[in-house]
Amino acid sequence: MAEHEEHTGHGQSYYVRIWGILLALLVVSIVGPVVAPAIEEMAAGVGAHAVKGWMITLITAFGIAIVKAYLVAANFMHLRIEKRYITYLLITMLMLMLLFFAGVSPDVMRHEGTNWQNVAAEQEIDRALKAQEAAGAESHGAEGAEQH
Amino acid sequence: MSARPIATTRSATGIATGKLAVWWVVGSEIVIFGGLLMSYLMHRLGHPEWADYASHTNPWFGGINTFVLLTSSLFAVLAHHAAEKGDGKKAAAWLVGTCAGGLIFIGIKAVEWTIEISHGYTITANGFWQFYYTAAGLHALHVIGGCIIMLIIANDARKQLELHRVELIGIYWHFVDIVWIFLFPLLYIAK
Repeated sequence: MAEHEEHTGHGQSYYVRIWGILLALLVVSIVGPVVAPAIEEMAAGVGAHAVKGWMITLITAFGIAIVKAYLVAANFMHLRIEKRYITYLLITMLMLMLLFFAGVSPDVMRHEGTNWQNVAAEQEIDRALKAQEAAGAESHGAEGAEQH
Repeated sequence: MSARPIATTRSATGIATGKLAVWWVVGSEIVIFGGLLMSYLMHRLGHPEWADYASHTNPWFGGINTFVLLTSSLFAVLAHHAAEKGDGKKAAAWLVGTCAGGLIFIGIKAVEWTIEISHGYTITANGFWQFYYTAAGLHALHVIGGCIIMLIIANDARKQLELHRVELIGIYWHFVDIVWIFLFPLLYIAK
């Protein structure tokens, strides 16, 4: 025990505590987007129109995912006490991921630009949105399955 | 000692070679899953019709599975804790517990996918469901692979053999957990 705590700096109860925090964060990430519209309404009621539901979803779902990932990496994977270059290796890989997004996303997220147009994507969006509208609240969503 | 290959014992980098190899695997996996998730994200943002498709995933399944994986990660780190103390039997028991978490995760996923497929949300339904099954499927394969390796390591640990490997499979397992931490909001929460 002493040897392990010397190595990692932590005992068994420390890991259980981290797990407890992770579970609390999980609950917030599920509840956050559910209550987001109500919070937006309440904020608007007191004049805080800048607070939007999508911001709360973004923070509670994705912001908390980053915090959870950090807690697991730092404490369970022991990155906190690992050689620094491992952290640099992992950050480099994350940077490559962002580089990929930065390079490719303009062509995927936009459907037209200077001298080009993604006709297939535009047609599919148009078709799908019309189909969803026609299908109504009850049965929409499965239409993609039926038509392909 | 002399029977062990040099590559498994030397540590010119300051990290035991086996552990360094696992970190290298994790680095490679970041690019694999990262590429997949970034592709999903850019399509999701570029296709407004996907919001409707995404509304058909069940956050209860995703939430319970997140709980299961987080708990199995706790078991994996407790296995490491026991291995560091030199208690192979306890480490093996925690590893079996971790593996049980993985199996529960796969079981829940099987039920979830059966329901979705029976409702017509198959991998050929549309782009959203293609990404959904590819990303979650690739992740599930990592869970299954991890479980198999974990049981082999647990069998050795039980006999007080190769206890350092308990930490190595733990690092891998925590990474699989982290991937799910990001898959969960992407596939289940953002509607």
